[in-house]
Amino acid sequence: MSEELKSTVLCNEHMTLNARMVPFSGWNMPVQYAEGILAEHQHTREHVSLFDICHMGEIKVFGKGAREALDKILARPVFDQSLGSCRYNFLLNDAGGVIDDLIVYYLGEDDYFIVTNAARRDDDVAQIRKHLPNGIELVDISDETAKLDLQGPESATVISELTGLQICELPKYFRWQWVEIDGIRVLLSRTGYTGELGFELYFPMDKAVTLWRRLLQFKNVKPAGLGARDTLRLEMGMALYGHELNLETTPLEAGYGFMLKMEDFPSREFIGRKALENTPGERELVAVYLEGRRAAREHTELLDINQNTIGIVTSGGFAPSLGHAIALAYVSKGSVNKNDAVFLNVGKSQIQGKIGGLPFYTNGTARNKI
Amino acid sequence: MKYYTEDHEWVDVVGNEATIGISEHAASELGDITFVELPSEGDDYIIGDTVATVESVKAASDVYSPISGTVSVVNDDLNDDPGMINKSAESKGWICKMKDFDSTELDDMMNAEAYARYLRTLE
Repeated sequence: MSEELKSTVLCNEHMTLNARMVPFSGWNMPVQYAEGILAEHQHTREHVSLFDICHMGEIKVFGKGAREALDKILARPVFDQSLGSCRYNFLLNDAGGVIDDLIVYYLGEDDYFIVTNAARRDDDVAQIRKHLPNGIELVDISDETAKLDLQGPESATVISELTGLQICELPKYFRWQWVEIDGIRVLLSRTGYTGELGFELYFPMDKAVTLWRRLLQFKNVKPAGLGARDTLRLEMGMALYGHELNLETTPLEAGYGFMLKMEDFPSREFIGRKALENTPGERELVAVYLEGRRAAREHTELLDINQNTIGIVTSGGFAPSLGHAIALAYVSKGSVNKNDAVFLNVGKSQIQGKIGGLPFYTNGTARNKI
Repeated sequence: MKYYTEDHEWVDVVGNEATIGISEHAASELGDITFVELPSEGDDYIIGDTVATVESVKAASDVYSPISGTVSVVNDDLNDDPGMINKSAESKGWICKMKDFDSTELDDMMNAEAYARYLRTLE
């Protein structure tokens, strides 16, 4: 018997909006609302969408020496993070495999807020706690912390109106600040998983229904589910834990090696570093542009022009903003180059694709100056 | 006369031509359809064969031939507009037409009323 699915506090809101609910990482989550994934995807690219992300984990790490401690635990440097910044990071095991990909918020001196994947939360807590020196506290605040993502080019005007701040006063890309919305204290960061200008909002769980409804009062804000979240992130080539990242994959294979700055900081130690130095990995993540609308799903084998198997798809699907299918795949290092043709057996037919660069979708507004 | 299968295909028989598609219920369950692999004209199918594959954003689903016969026409419009199945599953979103089919196979299928009752049992 499987464990009972957990529901976020917004479950009734989703039901009212005719959401289709599916199990995801142990949670009962909305995959789409009445208008469907394609409409929600398009609305996010053109206007602004609201996503319930309350299932994700949030932990706090604080106390004298927290900065040095996290810098030794996490793969990407923490020590040089500036106040007001947040940074994409990785928690590795000794073999260099990814326990989780995270976002680390530098809240104040020796005070950090870390966002984890829902299904990885307990393992993250265990691994970080194991390596924290005495005197540094770790508190799992996931159950008390709501997370809503507001994503799309029109998100800044919505946030501006709600907070009373000018658009130019809102946080820059991968920065955060405390704001107040209807008396609710919100940690607002300019981050997201869609490639569009957007914000992630963290605040007390007991205000989730209030703020969800408040945001949906804006005519241009529509709810979007995990289906659109996945098509949007895939078009940006962003990794999804359990697909592109897992315990058997290193950040180097996934293409994030440059973030770790191992050459810039040769004496900086972190969990997994030795393994990364000794075994740089035999695989690399590539972007596959399929010719038609037909999708190559996860686990589909990738063949080269001589029909030799060179790799396997980790995420694949129809890309609504491009009008054709795309895929992320791991291949043996050096087996293909950009613009090489690749082939995939799907159903009764073989479909063709081409290796290209990331992101797949290049008109995203995430980094736009506002 | 229109018939339905428990797998949510429909067959509409007019004279000696049978039009085949998936039901509105099936289209709604699949969500936005992004690709349809159509059969080829002239191909023969036995009842239960995969005659088409319908892909939505999330998954691919086989469409089983509700009857045995020979494909006479395919709905090429679905190549450019697979979403037509979502908009009009039981009319403009038809998948193919068959000739030389075995009409006795229709006896085991449901009419619209029986199919509606069947859908209620699935709720």
